[in-house]
Amino acid sequence: MPAVDPAADFSVPVQPVDLPQPDLVVVLAGGLSHEREVSLRSGRRVAQALRSRGLEVLESDVDSTLVPRLTELAGAVVFPVLHGEAGEDGALREVLALLGVPFVGSVGSACRVAFDKSIATTVVADAGLTTPTQVALPHEIFRELGAQALVAALGDQIGFPMMVKPSRGGSALGCTKVATAAELPAAMVGAYAYGPVAVVESFVEGTEVTVAVVDRGHGPTALPAVEIRPDSGVYDYTSRYTAGTTRFLCPAPLPTDVARRCADVALRVHEVLGLRDLSRTDLIIRDGEPVFLEVNVSPGMTETSAVPLASEAAGWSLGKTCADLVALAAARGGRPAAAVAQP
Amino acid sequence: MRHPWGVESTPEPDRVPLVRRDTRLDSYVDRYAARTHGMTASAIRALFAVANRPEVVSLAGGMPNIADLPLDVVGSALQDLVLGRGLQAMQYGSGQGEQEIREAICEVMSLEGISAHPDDVTVTVGSQQALDLVTRIFCDPGDVVLCEAPSYVGALGVFRSFQCDVAHVAMDSEGLVPEALREAVLALRAAGRSVKFVYTIPSFHNPAGVTQSLERRRAILAVAEETDLLVIEDNPYGLLGFDADPIPAIRSLSDDRVVYLGTFSKTFAPGFRIGWVLAPHAVREKLVLAQESATLCPPTFSQFAITAYLRQHDWQGQIKVFAEMYRERRDAMLAGLTAEMPAGVTWTVPAGGFYVWVTLPPGLDAQAMLPRAVTARVAYVPGTAFYADGFGSRHLRLSYCFPTPERILEGTRRLGEVLAYESELMSTFGTPLGAPHAAELPGHLAPGTDQR
Repeated sequence: MPAVDPAADFSVPVQPVDLPQPDLVVVLAGGLSHEREVSLRSGRRVAQALRSRGLEVLESDVDSTLVPRLTELAGAVVFPVLHGEAGEDGALREVLALLGVPFVGSVGSACRVAFDKSIATTVVADAGLTTPTQVALPHEIFRELGAQALVAALGDQIGFPMMVKPSRGGSALGCTKVATAAELPAAMVGAYAYGPVAVVESFVEGTEVTVAVVDRGHGPTALPAVEIRPDSGVYDYTSRYTAGTTRFLCPAPLPTDVARRCADVALRVHEVLGLRDLSRTDLIIRDGEPVFLEVNVSPGMTETSAVPLASEAAGWSLGKTCADLVALAAARGGRPAAAVAQP
Repeated sequence: MRHPWGVESTPEPDRVPLVRRDTRLDSYVDRYAARTHGMTASAIRALFAVANRPEVVSLAGGMPNIADLPLDVVGSALQDLVLGRGLQAMQYGSGQGEQEIREAICEVMSLEGISAHPDDVTVTVGSQQALDLVTRIFCDPGDVVLCEAPSYVGALGVFRSFQCDVAHVAMDSEGLVPEALREAVLALRAAGRSVKFVYTIPSFHNPAGVTQSLERRRAILAVAEETDLLVIEDNPYGLLGFDADPIPAIRSLSDDRVVYLGTFSKTFAPGFRIGWVLAPHAVREKLVLAQESATLCPPTFSQFAITAYLRQHDWQGQIKVFAEMYRERRDAMLAGLTAEMPAGVTWTVPAGGFYVWVTLPPGLDAQAMLPRAVTARVAYVPGTAFYADGFGSRHLRLSYCFPTPERILEGTRRLGEVLAYESELMSTFGTPLGAPHAAELPGHLAPGTDQR
């Protein structure tokens, strides 16, 4: 691998954004998904970053008081920092659009595709990008066709080691690396504990990186890749959210052409899935080629998350990045609720 | 200037040339003590953040329901306290605890047959700190502590933080089995291990819900005498029985073989954080020095407040009110379980306290199915939380102390659906569900105290 210049300037230039800020930003965090705790941490950090830029911020959970409250807060921009279902599957964003509330991030329909690994991987593969071999299986299929035959077929088709994941969810919850056929049923059940559909993928050996894409009003820009090296060898929940247990290198020490390919893949994923403002694409670099794993429409913003690191490595403070996204959302405005047709 | 967590404290130019960062996001990662190993983020623990939302029926927490407390009585007692003795009550106090509350504690303990002198009582910050102090003065790293199987998750956490090894001892429907205790002590000693004490919860066990009969208590004490073993008796629920007078404490049967832990958290209110240790004289001396080192003195104001409450209110009548309320909730839970649990599920019938211990059919895994339960808006604590060794996956603890009877019935209904789905998965795959669990920090598997 070619040496990397340690003194290189990795910052990513960006035109200044000169748009008025809204009176109030509502940072949505929490919710009822399995990732509530992570979302609350992300939300706190985004709120603090926005406050550091002088913005007025209200932190809000998602409950039955939200819609009436948003209706009262004319002129507010919503920054959803919700992970897992409802936050990332597009449902909440559809509601925001329905209410005509401007918000940061992708629209509901794009999230619906991006959040579901069984669909997003297919769309990304169809666009010509490299993905693991993947099979998506609802749990009923095992009951109807017989688990033993399917388990054997998965072993033949995907091969070992393989990854088993819930099709919808994040933070590696319910994900298991499976080395032998004997481990597969328990791993399937582990994934089904988080949702009714699981995906089984070929395990991709290589360097784990993640690439954020941010659009600050001048088109999507890939931030420097972050390489992730968990001490345990597995980037699971504990490695993700325990400071000190994972080594992050940003920008990832990659040859220039590989780094560029990673950026191109992340931008292409952002584009083909129709994402807006912000996304994070997780990749494995195998023999110099990035392989798509998954994309996040509401990437983690916790103290141990990659996007804030990447933003700072680009020379963009997290506060400024978030504030620009908010200003753009305000300028974009909310889609007005559909008018009732008059006879 | 850049804050260590990346939140800037001063404005900066939008674009600053930067060089590569190679970071673990914790500057102190190489400096932590060995005993902090395992203090990590936990996916199971994170699920309890969802359990605390009102949409979820949480049968997981251990919060006492203090809604029946006469707040007017407490309020007026506190006002009198501040106006009359505020300067004393808000001052530093004795490391051992105030004389007045230690006298009152002896009166409380007499309800369970204990005859004690206030000098032998050390006041603590809840009985949780009592556990900490007792372990601190008795245990070196590598010492063995004997605990029931299962045992209180908070005690397991203390023993682990002092780097003790926990050996679990079998229970039956009357609690800790004396024969198993004898065998464990002898086997461990034969293996050259240093066994420091047995930790037991004799009444309305957390989490198992069972109670030692008086005969069982005598038999356990006899084994302790025979094997020269110290007994740590933890009794937070003893006065919260539903049917009969309290069974005499083990401590009432022996003055020098037992260290007794008590608390006002369940009989009055946990927010004052007042518990105590009753210990033989020599042990008490060390406890007081350890307490001074830990806190200088336990909270003076709380001690005065509780003493005032005990003086001005019919606290024994209040405990009966609490017990009646908990009995109604227990009955709701037992009715819900009877109606909703699939075949093969069994549970204990507690005669007091807060908890029912549920045993699932072979092959089901309560820890692995917790995410599904949370999706179904019901929460419990997986049995693995109550074992130091990764066992317990076929069990779960349900608490009936905080939710209303209606919510308890709804919770058991939801749990029944989750178990039915889980049973179907097991029959589909024809295999035990879930992989064996690695032993985790027990606290990872249970909610915090501020959770319902």
